[in-house]
Formats: sequence, C-alpha cells, structure tokens
Amino acid sequence: MEKYLYIALFAPLVSSLFAALFTAQPKKQFVGIVTSLLIFTSFVSSSILLVYILKGGEPIHVELMTWMATGGLYIPFGFVVDEVSVVMMMVVTLVSTVVHVYSNGYMDHDKSFNRFFAWLSAFVFSMMVLVMSDNFAGLFIGWEGVGLCSWGLIGFWYNRESATWAANEAFIMNRIADLGMLIGLFLIYWNTGTLQYDEAFAKLPYLDTATLTWTGIFLFIGAMGKSAQFPLHTWLADAMEGPTPVSALIHAATMVTAGVYLVIRAHPLFDLIPHVGLFIASLGAFVAIFAASMALVNRDMKRIIAYSTLSQLGYMFAAAGLGAYWVALFHLMAHAFFKALLFLGAGNVMHAMHDELDPFKMGGLKKTMKWTWIMMTIASFALAGVFPLAGFYSKDAILETAFVEHHFIIYTVLLFTAGLTAFYSFRLVALIFHGEERYKLFGIHPHEAYKYMLVAMSPLLVLAIIAGAFQHTFFELVEEALHAVHYHIHSEVVVWIMTIGTQAFVIAMIIYAYKKYARKDIKIPDGTSPVEQSFIYKLLFNQYYIPYFYEEYIVKPYQELSEIFWKKVDLKIVDATVDGIAKVLYSTGAATRGMQNGNLSTMLRWMVVGLVLLLLIAVAIGITVRYSERITLFLSGLGVL
Amino acid sequence: MEIGLNHYLVLATILFGIGLYGVMRRKNLLMLFFATEILLNSVNIGFAAISHYYGDLTGQMFAFFVIAIAASEVAVGLGLLIVWYKRHNSIDLDEMSLMRG
Repeated sequence: MEKYLYIALFAPLVSSLFAALFTAQPKKQFVGIVTSLLIFTSFVSSSILLVYILKGGEPIHVELMTWMATGGLYIPFGFVVDEVSVVMMMVVTLVSTVVHVYSNGYMDHDKSFNRFFAWLSAFVFSMMVLVMSDNFAGLFIGWEGVGLCSWGLIGFWYNRESATWAANEAFIMNRIADLGMLIGLFLIYWNTGTLQYDEAFAKLPYLDTATLTWTGIFLFIGAMGKSAQFPLHTWLADAMEGPTPVSALIHAATMVTAGVYLVIRAHPLFDLIPHVGLFIASLGAFVAIFAASMALVNRDMKRIIAYSTLSQLGYMFAAAGLGAYWVALFHLMAHAFFKALLFLGAGNVMHAMHDELDPFKMGGLKKTMKWTWIMMTIASFALAGVFPLAGFYSKDAILETAFVEHHFIIYTVLLFTAGLTAFYSFRLVALIFHGEERYKLFGIHPHEAYKYMLVAMSPLLVLAIIAGAFQHTFFELVEEALHAVHYHIHSEVVVWIMTIGTQAFVIAMIIYAYKKYARKDIKIPDGTSPVEQSFIYKLLFNQYYIPYFYEEYIVKPYQELSEIFWKKVDLKIVDATVDGIAKVLYSTGAATRGMQNGNLSTMLRWMVVGLVLLLLIAVAIGITVRYSERITLFLSGLGVL
Repeated sequence: MEIGLNHYLVLATILFGIGLYGVMRRKNLLMLFFATEILLNSVNIGFAAISHYYGDLTGQMFAFFVIAIAASEVAVGLGLLIVWYKRHNSIDLDEMSLMRG
C-alpha cells in the first residue's frame, strides 16, 4: 500500500517538473495530456487507498527520510494516510483531475499553456504534502507551497496589473496569517517537544488551559488567512483575477479549505478549548452571512461565486468550531464538488461571452449552452441545499449541529444565510441563462464549450447529486478518527418541521430570485434606480467598504511610513553610513597616492619615516615592559584594573 | 679625558644622522651612494666599539661582513650608475621615474 501512497504523492510532482521543461516554449498539446494523465494516476492511487481504508485497513504511516535531526528536534518527511487525509486526498485529486482535463480546453488559446500546467500540478503536489504530512512542519511546507502556487496562478496573466496586484495581495495577506500559524507551531513545539501529530496531541491534555488557548488561537489565525475568514477575506474575491480553472481548484475546492482541514486535523487541541471553538463557530456564522450578503448585489459572476465560497467556508468553520468535525469535513467534500462544478460552468460562460463577467449583460444563454445551463443549475441547487442533492445533507447536518448544541443564534444566522445562498445562486443562474438575450447588444456570439470539457465536468455533476447518499458511509469512515457523534434531535416532529421549513424557505427564495431576475424586461443597471441609490445596496456593493478601509487606513499609511523610512532612515542614515565608509577609504586613497609617485627620493624619505616610527614603537614597548609593574600599580591606583 | 664607549656611540649616532639626512635630501645618485656608505660605516663603528667593550669578537666580524657587502654593493651600484649616465647623461634621482606608479 505504501507504493500507492508514494504514487499519489509524487505523480503530481513529476507532472509539474515535466510541464516545467516546456514553460518557455509555445503551446504543446501533449503537455496538457501528460499532466492530466499523471494527476489521474494520483487520483487512482488515492482511490485504491480510500478503498483500503474503507475496508478497515490500518492507517498507513511512512517515513520517507529524516529532514531535521538536531538535539531534541527530530522532524522527518513523514506521511500518513488515515481516515481524514484519505478523504482530503480523494477530494484534491478528483477535482484536480477534472480541472486538468478541463484546462486543456479552457487554456486552449493561451500562449502560456505549458506554464499553466506546471503551476497547476505544482499546486496539486503542495496540496498533497499539506494533507498527507504526519507532522506540523510538513503541513507548513505544503501550506506555503499552495500559497506560492496560488500566487503564481492568480498572477498567471502577469501583464495585467490587476492580476499581479491581486496575486500580491493574496500572498501578503497569507503571510500575515502564516505568522500566527508559525507562532502556533512554535508553541506546540515549545510545550510538547515534538511536531508529530500523534505525539503532540498525546501530550496536550497535560498542558494548562492558557497555553492551549493561545496555541489554538494562533493556529486558527493561520487557518483564517488560508480560508479567507474575516478580517483577512478580501484577497479571495480579488483572487478571481486568475484563470477560472484555478478559481475552481484552488479558490473553491482545495486550498481555501486547508484552514478547515487544519482545524479538523488539530481537533484534539480544539476539543480541549471549547471557548476558542465557540469563537471559531461564531466567526464562521458571521462570515457566512457577511459574505452571502455581499454576493446578493455583486455584478461580477466570479466574485459572486467567490463570496459564496467564503460563505460556505463560514459554514464549515461553524461546524468545526462546535466540535462537529466530521460534519465540517463532509461539507468540505460536498462543497468541493458542487462549487468546482459551478466555477467550471462559469468558465464555460466566460469563454462563450468573451470574458464578460457581468451577468446583467448575458441572459437567455440556455438556448446556446444547454449543458452548461443544466450543470450550473444543478450545482446551484446543491449549493442552496435542496433535497436530495449533496448540499442538502451537509448543510442540514451543520444546522442540526447548531440546533442540538443549543447555539440558537448561530443556528438562526446559518438558516437565514441558507435563504440568502439560494437567492444569490439563482439570481446568477436566472441572469445568465434566462430572460432576454441581452448579450446581443454587445455583438457577442456565444457557443457551447468543447464536448470533452463537459465530459470532464460530469464526474463533479454526478457527485454533486449523489454525494449526500454517502453520508452514512462517510460517518462510519471518520467516526473513530474524529470522535464523531450523530447529532440527533430527539423529537421527530421538530426534525420534520425544521427540515421542511428550511426546504420551504430555500425554495421560496429560489422562486423569488427567478421571479425577480428571469423576467424579460431586466435592464442593465446604470446606477439610477432607487434600489441602487439606497444605502444598503451601496454598502453591500462596495463590500462594506472594507477594501476601501484597508486601502485608506492600512495600505496608504503604511506606504507613507515606508516612504519616510526610505527617505529619512534608509537614505539619510543607512545609505549615508555605507557611503561614508566608502568615501573615507576613497579620499584616504586620493590623499595618500602622492606617496607612490615612483620617485626614489620620496620613497627613501618615507622609508625613513617608517624606520623612525618602528623605532618609536620598539622604544615604547621596551619602556612599558621595563616599567610594567609600576604601570600596573599606577593603573590599579586609578581603579582601572 | 679618556675616550670611552659613549664617545664612539655618539660618533656613530652623529654619522648615522648625517647619512640619513644625505639619503633623504640628496638628489645626485652618486651622493646617495656616499650617504649610504656613511650609514653603513656609522653602524660599523658602533659594532666595533661595542665588540671591544665586551671583549667579544663577533661584533668586529660583523663589521667586516658589512664592509665586504658594502664594497660589492658599491661595485654593482657604480656599474649600473655608469650605464645609466651613458644613456641619459644625468644621474638626477628625480628623473629616474620610468617605473612610477
């Protein structure tokens, strides 16, 4: 079985290195095919491992080699396939395979086709390291690796300034959070003396609560950055500058869920500090409604889906914070499927509309893009949590958890968010696929995506529909690893009322969205209608003015401060010192070069000066040696010695 | 007044000073040789006087060596000097700057 572990882990690396050989060359179709096949190999190996674990096999633990061994510090390159990591491996490799195949079509006309695949496969490798590592140090390598690849892929079209800006924003925001994460790791090492998961977790119960709380908080700060939780959320929406397959893979299905994975992985820690857990859950619920509200009015197709991702990550954190780790992981998995599907569908639409992103300029696309329409509608149904699609089971489990744990505020917020989710999802679907064909005004002739792209998307479609059916299997799989418990509401009536009530609410919102946005007379908003003039609309449309706030009160003061440091401190002190040293040497040279004028007479004079100096030194030393005792006496009298 | 060691050493120092001054100030190469000779011989006086004072012949032996080396040095030096004079018609130190830095 170890063989499959190594294949699953290293096939993406080989794939990336292979594609990297051709980065400087024009498009080569075989690069896309070979990388897709290698990622598929990784997927097959992960599936074999999943079957093995499902059949009750022991978790596989391997140590590839020693990485660091100094004194008490021992960190190996160790990898583990247990119930948790195998689920993540499946999600990562499955979505990656789909996205790789899809990208063959999506990046068809791009000059940097080969480079794209090199980065994409490198991302998959980093993600595999992240989820498979058996210690925090390895997790951190993967963590930074996905950050780097995310940077390279957001800024893939590096000649666009907005793309490079977004890439840097994502990278820098993640660095801020990574500092928190590093401190968390240091605290773990400091207090337990190891970074191996099992050893460290075994020692946690013996530590005092304050230490554990700080560790938990700092680890969660790391998770907040990677999973774009408030207040570090702005990068995710801007990251939509990257190619759409990247958004599907990195900013919906895998990388952004790494924070959730971290909380799930460190569940023995968070189990011990329920107050931090409650904070995580509250923040998650807040982010869920906060992001959903921004998605309500946004006019950028990809940003709407990005905010939806943010909102769903909030759901996951809400579940994880309440101790329902298996529910969080289940929602993570289900979400990966339907959200990646939604993004890839959006990619098809973008291709058809020549990179137009405003859904108000589309409309009526269902005639020309039937399959994309079906896929996106089903994905939206799954996202909204309509029975019997994947999202229904996972979201319902989260709501039940909140209810059973008696956190009714969180429950209400999440329930309300479910309605908002349904509304904005179908606002998007209605605007894109229904109503008048507004794109004709812009002279666009849409066309359906390549067949094989649609075929590549179909596994996600199937899983978005049926993933909920595996809930029980999934529960049994992770039951032991995550101390999972079923959250049952005892009264049968309450369950039915809740389920049907939620469904009715969600469906009502869907119908409302259709009614409002699938009409024939939708106008392209021009900022004059009373709704657009209202304060709330402006607040939501400008993302609560948070990017503005960051720009005005953090970026600009920082820039001014940097300017001061540059002009005052760096130029006037640091540079001046360095220049001063050089100038002293230079002017000494200029002043003394007269000695070396080649004139014998001058040289002889200098020789005499040297002689006299040496003599004086010799005499001085002689006198000092002769009178050393008296000098010592004198100096001790002065109190120097 | 008996002439003792100090007198010899003072003489040697005075001669050394004269030689040093000559080395520093003279621009004529021939005069420079003379100044060098004065330097060497002032040291010889010092050697001989101290050798006699201690009754140890080593110092006088050393003086002989110095004389021999000075003689050979002058022989070589004068040879070079004559060649130089034939070529340049001058033995002024300030003009010997072909290898200036």
